[in-house]
Amino acid sequence: MATTLLDKIWAAHAILVRPDGATLLSIDRHLVHDGSSNAFRALKERGLGVRRPDRTFATPDHYVPTLRRDLTASEPHRRGMIEDLDAHAAASNVTLFGLSDRRQGIVHVVGPEQGLSQPGMIIVCGDSHTATHGAVGALAFGIGASEVAHVLATQTLWQKKPKNMRITVDGMLAPGVHAKDVILAIIATISAAGATGHAIEYAGSTIRALSIEGRLTICNMSIEAGARAGMVAPDETTFAYLKGRPYAPEGADWDRAVAHWTSLTSDADAQFDREVRLDAAEIAPMVTWGTSPETAAPITARIPDPASAADAGRRDMMQRALAYMDLKPGTPLADIAIDRVFVGSCTNSRIEDLRAAARVANGRRTVIPAMIVPGSGLVKAQAEAEGLDVIFKRAGFEWREAGCSMCVGMNGDLVAAGERCASTSNRNFVGRQGKGARTHLLSPAMAVAAAVTGKLTDVRQLLRS
Amino acid sequence: MEPFQHLDAVAAPMAAPNVDTDQIIPARFLWRKRHEGWGHLLFHDLRFADDGAPKPEFVLNRSAYREARILVADANFGCGSSREAAVWSLYDYGFRAVIAVSFGDIFFSNSFQNGLLPIVLPAERVAALRSELEQRPGAHIVVDLAAETVRGPDGTVDRLTVDPFRKELLLAGTDDISFTLQHRDAIAAFEKAYEADVPWI
Repeated sequence: MATTLLDKIWAAHAILVRPDGATLLSIDRHLVHDGSSNAFRALKERGLGVRRPDRTFATPDHYVPTLRRDLTASEPHRRGMIEDLDAHAAASNVTLFGLSDRRQGIVHVVGPEQGLSQPGMIIVCGDSHTATHGAVGALAFGIGASEVAHVLATQTLWQKKPKNMRITVDGMLAPGVHAKDVILAIIATISAAGATGHAIEYAGSTIRALSIEGRLTICNMSIEAGARAGMVAPDETTFAYLKGRPYAPEGADWDRAVAHWTSLTSDADAQFDREVRLDAAEIAPMVTWGTSPETAAPITARIPDPASAADAGRRDMMQRALAYMDLKPGTPLADIAIDRVFVGSCTNSRIEDLRAAARVANGRRTVIPAMIVPGSGLVKAQAEAEGLDVIFKRAGFEWREAGCSMCVGMNGDLVAAGERCASTSNRNFVGRQGKGARTHLLSPAMAVAAAVTGKLTDVRQLLRS
Repeated sequence: MEPFQHLDAVAAPMAAPNVDTDQIIPARFLWRKRHEGWGHLLFHDLRFADDGAPKPEFVLNRSAYREARILVADANFGCGSSREAAVWSLYDYGFRAVIAVSFGDIFFSNSFQNGLLPIVLPAERVAALRSELEQRPGAHIVVDLAAETVRGPDGTVDRLTVDPFRKELLLAGTDDISFTLQHRDAIAAFEKAYEADVPWI
């Protein structure tokens, strides 16, 4: 029978299958971060240890300060979360990329960067953006604290197989249009619950033409469309990206691995439970106007009128979102003034993102507070080797240390109540970047365009001039 | 984990779709320990004004719904962040079941790990239940997990669909770890064969 990439990875990891379909899956990689202390504590309370420390990797990201690399100025509860992770990792013999290690960073940047995330693997992490790792052809999904404890104790998880969904994007992206715009366009098309219960496979010539960084951005936001996992079948781009990375296979193992990875594609006649197609040529730079990522629209559009909503529930939701965002129907998106800009997060903090940001920033000046937070210490070092930090600093951006930072503000990098932030992160939920904060999601290039004009701006205009 | 009991309780309606886990429990509280209790933080910024006073319009601040143990939400409830504290907050407040058109996948999994039953019903039934609860504040819904039924205030009975595996564990109050540890040998045997196949892992 023809099978999908998901089917193949699933079958290869099934230890036990109950008659009702519940499957005990073997987990290849478990990534843990500084929000994992309740899970480690639950394990300890039961007198259990970490079953496979060799398959478990830790790095602090949510609570780390981005101004400096020491914790002396951190509030006790934040410092405690990082120290807890250090202690749990040490006690369990888990490899830790700690705060003083250049390899530290956002867990979803570090995994692929270190070559820990590989095709065909099942990768889990106590974070909903774990789907990111699916970009290298893995099945990767986010789990809660109880499931984190379960994986620590058993290196397995009970799961029900998600349905198969394929999203095919074909054609060339226009200049100024990036992976972030593609995924925002997808979410706007299928809605925030459009892929609930499914694993998405992204396919088509547009996806194939993307770098791994671009694919990571796309897979990262699968959860914002409701899918716990998103993936791209591995290809030459994937193999070239992984070759030589610290945890990638070497020598004869590399050849064997590539032979195996090459087989990891959906069969030509495989059936998907749902298929969606998008034309890349129709995708413009996108921004969100509301409090769900599904409220993404082309920068050339106007804020929609709740009166035109299909039903009362939707109208009510739009009205609430516009009230929170302090926006009026009919306003051109490109007229919205911005107070602050954040470039970073597990969605958009990789070297390619910073290069795209630097291209727009080069020779311009920010007119509002703006910060760039690289995804890892190694991304930061690479950007500095390329002189990007100089471009950013000259343009007036703050150049920070690696971490999740203002995406979720758990480290104290917060957007003030009432402030409007153009952000390259993944969620524009009410209060996400701080209580009362207003978030507009967009690409790194678009974020820099907002930083240098003080309003949401079509970056294509700046690229032309 | 406590076994899931027969549930005959006040239900509260919450009409908004896409209630994300940031709304259920804001990120600034997530450093707390599980045993410290989370019920007082549930829906914090929807429930309390900046000065800490309860917002009178919020459903759980209306006296008829204060004792609610069943929440009737809308579509995509619990979407977003994987924070299990969203479930802990609902559970510690007293909720034992949430009825919705659909759930965020991770929230759905997390619920079962803590004895909170997520129930998916068709959109029109969820809307009808909410409307009954709004018309008769304090009305009860009855959830019988063993019989797989939900009885609304007007006596209408809906079938609830639950995976047999999840039902078994909920009714027994067994969590996944205890169950899986019975399969240690199968796990070890699998790992041995698997690592022979893909030694570079």
